[in-house]
Amino acid sequence: MTILTFTIILLVGAYLAGLVGSLTGLGGGVVVIPLLTLVFHVDIRYAIGAALLASIANSSGAASAYVKEGITNIRLGMFLEIATTVGAVIGALLAVYTPTNTIAILFGCILFFSAAMTLRKKNQLALTEGSKTAAFLKLNGSYPTPEGQVDYKLKNVGAGFSIMTLAGILSGLLGIGSGALKVLAMDSTMHIPFKVSTTTSNFMIGVTAAASAVVYLQRGYMDPTIAFPVVLGVLGGAFTGAILLKKLDPKVLRYIFCAAIVFVAAEMMYNGFQHKF
Amino acid sequence: MNANNNGKNLGDRDIELLVGRLLRTGVITASCIVLLGGILFLIQHGSALMPSYHRFNGEDNSFTTFGGIISSTLQFNAKGIVQFGVMVLIATPVLRIALSLLGFALEKDKLYVIITTIVLCVMLFSTIGGLKV
Repeated sequence: MTILTFTIILLVGAYLAGLVGSLTGLGGGVVVIPLLTLVFHVDIRYAIGAALLASIANSSGAASAYVKEGITNIRLGMFLEIATTVGAVIGALLAVYTPTNTIAILFGCILFFSAAMTLRKKNQLALTEGSKTAAFLKLNGSYPTPEGQVDYKLKNVGAGFSIMTLAGILSGLLGIGSGALKVLAMDSTMHIPFKVSTTTSNFMIGVTAAASAVVYLQRGYMDPTIAFPVVLGVLGGAFTGAILLKKLDPKVLRYIFCAAIVFVAAEMMYNGFQHKF
Repeated sequence: MNANNNGKNLGDRDIELLVGRLLRTGVITASCIVLLGGILFLIQHGSALMPSYHRFNGEDNSFTTFGGIISSTLQFNAKGIVQFGVMVLIATPVLRIALSLLGFALEKDKLYVIITTIVLCVMLFSTIGGLKV
C-alpha cells in the first residue's frame, strides 16, 4: 500500500470514528484505536499517540462552544484536573512497562464499560444541599436550562476526586479521554446534573490528554504520517456529528453504535488474549 | 458562577468567553498547520510505500524534541510541519490553563490561583521533567 492510499483510507476511517464518537458521546479517540490496530495492524502505542491527539482536538473544539453557553463549571474542572493530570502522567509512565496485549485487554474492558455508561439513566436532579468541602472549594454553581438558571450543589468531593485520578491513569495508559469514568465521578458520585457533568468532563479531557500526550510525543509514539489523517478526520467527523445531533434524536443510533462498540471491544480483548498485539 | 455576587459573575463570564475563543483558535490553527504539512508530505512521498507500523520503532529526535521539531519545521520538512501542528494542538489546553490562572488572579481568587498553579506545574513536570524513558 502506498502512503497516499493509506492516508486516504485512514482519513475516511478517522472521519467515521469521529462521527460515531460524537453521536455516542464516547469521543473519537476511543474508536480510532481499534481502527488502527484491528484494521491497519498498527502497533497499539502508535494508535494511542494518535488517539490522544484526536481527544485533544475533539475536546477543545467542543468545549469552546459549551464554555460560551455557560454550562461548563470551570472551577470544578480546574480542581479535578489536579487529579486527572497527575493520573495521566502516572498512566503514561505505566504504559512503557505494560505489555501491549495487556493494554489491549484493558482497553476492551473500558470500551465495554463506556458503552454501558452511555445507555444508563442520567442524573437530571440538582442537589440543594451540598457538602462543606464543596462550599469551601466553591464548586457549587448554576447552569442555564430552558426554564431559566438552575442552582446546583454537590457532595462526595473526595470520592469524586479519587475516581478522577483513576480516570486520569486510564487516560494516560490507554490514550483515551475516559469520558465515561469522568461522568461517573461527577454524575453518579458528586451528584452533578447531567448536562454540567458532560460538558465539564469534555472540558477536562483536553488538559488530561495533553498531560500524557507530551510524554508520548517525547517517547516517539506520535507518528506524523498517522497523526495527520487521524487529527483532521476525527475533527471533521465530530463536526458533522455535532450538526447531526441538533437535527435528529440520537437514541436509536446510540443503541446501534453501542452494540457495534461492544463487538469491537470483544474483538480487542480476544486479540489481546491471543497475543496478537 | 456565584449568582449572589454580580461583580464576580461578570469576571467569570469574560474569562469563559476568552477561554472559548482561545480553544477554538488553537484547534483551527493546529489543523491548518497539520493540513499544510500533510499535503506537502503527500506531494513529496505519497507514492512511496507505507512504512510498517506493525512493530514499534519510535521516531527520531527531529520529531520528538521541541528543538528538533522547530528546526525541521524551519527547514520546511513536511513531517516536521505536521509535528509542529501537533505541538500547537497539545499546547492549546496548556495555554487555556495559563489563561484561567490569569483570570483567577484578576479576580483575586487565591484558592483557585493555587489550584491552577498546581495543574500548570504538573503539566510542566510532564513536559520538561525528563520522563523520556
